[in-house]
Amino acid sequence: MSETQIVRYSMNERIHHWVGSLTYVYCLVTGLAFWSPYLFWLTVLVGGGPAARFWHPWSGVVFAISTMWMYKLWSRDMAVTDIDRIWSAEMKYYVENQDEKLPPVGRFNYGQKLFFWIMLCGGVALLLSGLGLWFVESIASVWRHIAIAIHVTAALATIGAFIIHVYMGTAMVRGSFNAMVTGTVSASWARHHHRLWYERVARRNESREMGPANPARG
Amino acid sequence: MSQAIAQIKKISGHAGEAPAANMEPGYTVCKLVDTTTCIGCKACEVACLEWNGYPFRETLFDNTYQTMPETAWNYWNLIKFNEVDRPDGSVTLLMRKDQCMHCAEPGCLAACPADGAIVQYSNGIVDFQQAQCIGCGYCVSGCPFNIPKFNPVTRKMFKCTLCVDRVTQGLEPACIKTCPTGCLHFGSKEDMTFLAETRAKQLRDHYGLQNAGVYDPSGVGGTSVIYVLHDATNPEAYGGLPKDPRIPWTVRLWKGPAKWIGNLAMIGGVLGVLLHYMRFGPKCVPGKERKGGEA
Repeated sequence: MSETQIVRYSMNERIHHWVGSLTYVYCLVTGLAFWSPYLFWLTVLVGGGPAARFWHPWSGVVFAISTMWMYKLWSRDMAVTDIDRIWSAEMKYYVENQDEKLPPVGRFNYGQKLFFWIMLCGGVALLLSGLGLWFVESIASVWRHIAIAIHVTAALATIGAFIIHVYMGTAMVRGSFNAMVTGTVSASWARHHHRLWYERVARRNESREMGPANPARG
Repeated sequence: MSQAIAQIKKISGHAGEAPAANMEPGYTVCKLVDTTTCIGCKACEVACLEWNGYPFRETLFDNTYQTMPETAWNYWNLIKFNEVDRPDGSVTLLMRKDQCMHCAEPGCLAACPADGAIVQYSNGIVDFQQAQCIGCGYCVSGCPFNIPKFNPVTRKMFKCTLCVDRVTQGLEPACIKTCPTGCLHFGSKEDMTFLAETRAKQLRDHYGLQNAGVYDPSGVGGTSVIYVLHDATNPEAYGGLPKDPRIPWTVRLWKGPAKWIGNLAMIGGVLGVLLHYMRFGPKCVPGKERKGGEA
């Protein structure tokens, strides 16, 4: 049995999401290796210390570009609204899976928006401070030290957000991983998790006389 | 860089203790540079290149006698020439042999993330092991003396080895060997400190240099290169010798408390989401139970 499917993420959005994810994970693995002597063995997974050091900044540059591209794609959807403020005040119901007690949300809920802005700001901070660490001999020593402080702080902030994001995207919110791979969700998923967005999409589809939704894949 | 046979007492980026961590060294070696008898002949620069096998390179003329603005990855020993105005209006030329200071508490070693890329031998010499170096440049941030330099071709860091390959064979470093005025001395830290203090006292008592003294900064645990200065109250006049060098506080924070706070936070985050899953489970679309919204 195949339920009616709705397009949630375009190909463009999914490609940038996964370019960002893979480059972030590469920077995370190599960055953790540089972070602690007890994790230096992680460099073995990516071809040794010098290779890890060589590719870490380039991977970071691609990550920063992909986050900025996602900003271009999503900045409007990610703007925090009044509904988000009500939602965030009652976030504990979301955490406890009592979603029926929450106001309906649009394409993204407040948590997703928070993650987006943390990764965007973190990405910019990591890129700028990373340039300082990359070209360390070209800058004054005070900038070297500021770059270290910013890079470590921003990295830890994004890692915290990343842990929650991966958990929610795979184990917790069933169907969302699939949505980011195939691009579609079921109508009931959309209605339950993002009611306002679902209603908007359904109205648009009806007005185009295309039926209730796009056909399912596979 | 060396294949020297010496006991290693500190290792960079290393999980656990170094082999000779709890051994008592015979003695700490030390180089003494008496800036009051240096004539700026640069014989030490040449000897350093010859012993370590680097070609002489073009100089970067900047209207002084100095060979180039700062040391380079293949130029570890540089006399810094500084024209300083005296109170009476005349000019004096201060000359200081600049090289790695071989700190007892090396900032480069503290900052380095690569296991074994920087070692400290039990005789006090701090040495880079290029085979383990990953070329990240963290040592540049850790060093208060701006000494580690990057070789862009091999992508490795280089600096003065204090001729550890000679020292472990009972020879003095190449720069000491060649110095024609005897302004360079080499021996145990104890002996060199005594010699330096004696010379500083002589300068104070007989040359009218009231501020003459020894530069052996305690902020980095003392160094295995010490200077006798005409004016120890103003080391900056000798071409950027910091008055109170320390491992930068951001590096100490980064390699100290931040590490444990960060590690606890990351482990806490992973445990937190696991506990959440065990307590509340997945978020499913009602009426579909565990299958959720999966197609």
